[in-house]
Parts: sequence; structure tokens; C-alpha cells
Amino acid sequence: MFNDRIREVLSYVPSAIFPAIIFPAIFLNNSGFIQLDDNPKILASIIAMIIGVFSKNVLATIFSGLFSYWTIIFIF
Amino acid sequence: MSNKSKNFFKGIKDTSPLMIPVVPFGIIFGVLAIDLGLTPLMTIAMSVIIFGGASQIIFLQLFSAGASSFVILSSVGAVNSRHLLYGTVLSEHLSDLNLTWKIIVSYFLVDQAFAVSNNHFKKNKKDKDKYFHLIGGGLNCWTIWQITTIIGIYLGSIIPEKLGLTFAIPLTFLALLVNDFRKFINVIVIIISGSVATLGYQIIPYKAYVIVAAFVGLFVAFILTKFVKKNYE
Repeated sequence: MFNDRIREVLSYVPSAIFPAIIFPAIFLNNSGFIQLDDNPKILASIIAMIIGVFSKNVLATIFSGLFSYWTIIFIF
Repeated sequence: MSNKSKNFFKGIKDTSPLMIPVVPFGIIFGVLAIDLGLTPLMTIAMSVIIFGGASQIIFLQLFSAGASSFVILSSVGAVNSRHLLYGTVLSEHLSDLNLTWKIIVSYFLVDQAFAVSNNHFKKNKKDKDKYFHLIGGGLNCWTIWQITTIIGIYLGSIIPEKLGLTFAIPLTFLALLVNDFRKFINVIVIIISGSVATLGYQIIPYKAYVIVAAFVGLFVAFILTKFVKKNYE
């Protein structure tokens, strides 16, 4: 029913749809405007991404991001 | 033990190692749902009806932002479009089943069950009861998903709001993409889709930014895969 070409393009669905959730949740503030200064989510996400790329571990990625975020907002 | 139960228990056994990451995922979902104002009953109903991690979290995100039902349905549908592929791949082995069994099997066809059952079906082509392997694997996943949702609901009611746990939503999706950050075309698609969604958040009506960004990203993937040779990846 699906040829290889359609399968190839459909394999990009996660890369096409997940960033549409990820980016606004990181870069937009509660009022829906882009906030680049004083935004602890950006640094925490970069740390999570680096940990994720090297560990290839879903849980390590989520929890390194959360712990970085808490460290930034509660300690600094 | 009958052949059906043999297949059923083999399905449970084969999916079990893949259930470890499902546990915290289910708990995160339960916690977020309560955090975003859903009742415990709605949260459990969502886990029973939708029965899909990424879909339920996208649903929560859009629902709490006030998106329309049409936008929520199409976004959740887009996330689940990979199931079209799963269905077509498995149809080769399961086309003899009657409609009722096809519907039951489809409900239990989650990523983990697909991965192990597809292998099992290839090795046991002649076994007419082989679909019980998928039911076993799917039911294993289903049970863990419901239990961890309930644990999450309980934890969600005691975890303080100022921890900012909704930040777990982008982190969860980031974690699902870690294997794609090393591939050239994927990185381009990720950056374009993310930028369209962020810049379009205020402009694109009906909170349709997720679905618009996804289609732009997929179109870019379509163009790039046509022109960029595999060895550039």
C-alpha cells in the first residue's frame, strides 16, 4: 500500500512534529511571547540535549533537564 | 498450555524489557494531567481511550492552551501517523483475522508490541494463533500504562506546583528525538519545524501551530530527501 518513498518521508514525522511542541514550550513565556533573556529553560534544555545525544537514554535526558532547571531556579 | 496461551505469554515475556521506560513515562503523564487541571477520572479515561504516551501529552498541552477539538484531533492524528505504517506492515500476517479481532489487535498495537510481534510473526508465519503474541505484548503494556497513570495521579496531587513540572513536556519530546540530532536532514527539519511553531504561535489561528509546523517540516523532509544523498547524513 505504501511505497518506499512515502515510508522514507513518514520516518521524518517525529522530527517534524515534536519540535513544534518542544520549541514553543522552551522559548515562549506564560503570555506567549518569545523570551530569550532570563529564561532558565533554554540552558536546561541544552544540557538535556547534550546528555541525550551522548547517553541515548530517554530517562537520563528528561531528568538531567529537570534537575538542571531546578538547580538554576532554586540555587542561582 | 494451548497454542494461544503460549503465544500470549511469549508476547508478555518479549515486551517486558521494553516496559522499563514506560513506567516513568506513565507517571509523568499522570502528574502533568493533574497539574494542568484534569480530574483523576478524566486522566484515567484518557489513558484507557487514547492509550499512547506522546499522543496523550500533546493532547494535554493543546487542551490546556485552549485549542479546538479539531486542532487537537488532527495533531494527535499526526503524531500517530506512524501507526499507518505499523498496520500496513502487519497486514501481511494478519489479513485473515475477522473484523472484531482486527479492531482488538489494532487497539493493542503500540510501538513496543509492534517491534517484538513483527519479529515473532516473521519467524512463525504458519502459526494461525500467532496474533495472540501481539495481544499479550499489548496487554502487558496496557496494564503497566494504567497502573503508572494512577501512580502519577496520586503523585500529582502532592507535588508542589512551583517545581514547574510542565517543563517535563518539552523534555519528554526532546528525549524522544535524541537519535535524530546526529542526522543532517533531521536536524534541519527539527530547526524549521520548531521555528515555525515558535514564531507562528501568536499568528497562526486556532492554536494550529503544531500541525502547521509539522506539515512545513515534513514538506522540507520531502524536498531534502529527494535531493540530498544518503551519504551526506
